[in-house]
Amino acid sequence: MTGSGRAPIVEARAIHKHFGHLHVLKGVDLAVAEKELVFLIGPSGSGKSTLLRCLNRLEDPSSGSVVVDGIDMLDPRTDINKARQRIGMVFQSFNLYPHMTALGNVALALRKVQGMGRAEAEAKARAALDRVHLADRADHYPLQLSGGQQQRVAIARAIALEPRVMLFDEPTSALDPELVGGVLAVMRELREDGMTMVVVSHEMGFAKAAADRVVFMSDGAIIEEGIPSEIFTNPSHERTRAFISQIERH
Amino acid sequence: MDLFLETFFSWQIISEAWPILWQGLQATLMLSVLVVPLGVAGGIILATLSTVRNPWVKWPLRAWVDTFRALPPLVLLVFIFAGLPFIGLDVGAWGAVAIGFFLNTGAYYGEILRAGIESVPRGQIEAARSTGLTRGQTMAHVVLPQAVRNVLPDLISNTLEVVKLTSIASVVALPELLFQARQAQSVTYNATPIMAAAVAYFILLWPLVRLLSRLENRQLAGRR
Repeated sequence: MTGSGRAPIVEARAIHKHFGHLHVLKGVDLAVAEKELVFLIGPSGSGKSTLLRCLNRLEDPSSGSVVVDGIDMLDPRTDINKARQRIGMVFQSFNLYPHMTALGNVALALRKVQGMGRAEAEAKARAALDRVHLADRADHYPLQLSGGQQQRVAIARAIALEPRVMLFDEPTSALDPELVGGVLAVMRELREDGMTMVVVSHEMGFAKAAADRVVFMSDGAIIEEGIPSEIFTNPSHERTRAFISQIERH
Repeated sequence: MDLFLETFFSWQIISEAWPILWQGLQATLMLSVLVVPLGVAGGIILATLSTVRNPWVKWPLRAWVDTFRALPPLVLLVFIFAGLPFIGLDVGAWGAVAIGFFLNTGAYYGEILRAGIESVPRGQIEAARSTGLTRGQTMAHVVLPQAVRNVLPDLISNTLEVVKLTSIASVVALPELLFQARQAQSVTYNATPIMAAAVAYFILLWPLVRLLSRLENRQLAGRR
């Protein structure tokens, strides 16, 4: 099911994931249309981050299928490193390389994965930093940047590769409240530029304003999904209602 | 007192023994320049292999590292030098030293680098892999540079030990510094050449010792 009837660019079917005896994903289906912004919400341990990580195979699903931009991600013949260039990912803890400048962080994959020369890669990296409004911080090391700036560099690192889809795993959870706005603003601009995005986050205000669809997960399964106004104001499922009222109190 | 000075610090003896000592110093320098990079290379190979979780790699690797750390380097060296010819491999003195240090020193550098690699957060690897970097590229450009930085004091400390350990090359008749000093001593019946060798070692290693202690202070400060 997609929000608009457009052909899905991400299609995960019947995803199961076991960690030892733990059954964290119990047959999840998720389809995301091109240019759609899908929010994944749910209590901690509901499997939403694991689902996200199955989409670019940072986790190998125990069973099921994942197709992104026409590429079967779980086929052993698929060149996973090539496929991953089409799927940008942003992490809760930024994960910038501390021994490289902002520019170096963004340019690394351009040079080593896409094989660009130094000058070309740096020009492209600067353009990506400019898109997250950090062109003037290109020569700073991660430790010299605020958390919000680090996360924006991490976004630049991902979008520099011109991905077809962006995955965000709690991108603002590690940030001080006053730094959240800058990251969300960049995400909103990406959305306006037509980027397909799957976001695990509890930023309800952002979800209401920008998401096409909200998916509520609990205990490794999708409980319900719908447009934000529907899920936030009139959820049909009791568990969704309990969760929404809980996060709105904070 | 005169006898003491005469026995340990005689200028005359030094000037007579100098050509022999100089030869030895050159050999020790060459040995160090050969052996340290070999050990580091061996260490990088072992540390990289240690990230593989496959039991067919993991357990042989464990056995390898344990063996070459437990085996006294002197015994290992004699074994290679005197033993390999029996299976038709005569590698010579330099070859034996190169192989022996690669095995022994590599195992030590490997364990240090392994600790360094394990100190790099998993998120670093995930971020790199998510941009399409291969396992090897991630290791070379993201993990190893941080790993080396995190264990630099231990790497330098080990390097000091390795340079001093090059003196065991004398058992396969390589004329390194200490070997030459003992030759000079036995010819002159005087301990001055040994003292001169000690001074040479000190001059050689002191900058590294200083660097090490500066790094250690900085790390202590950083931990606070």
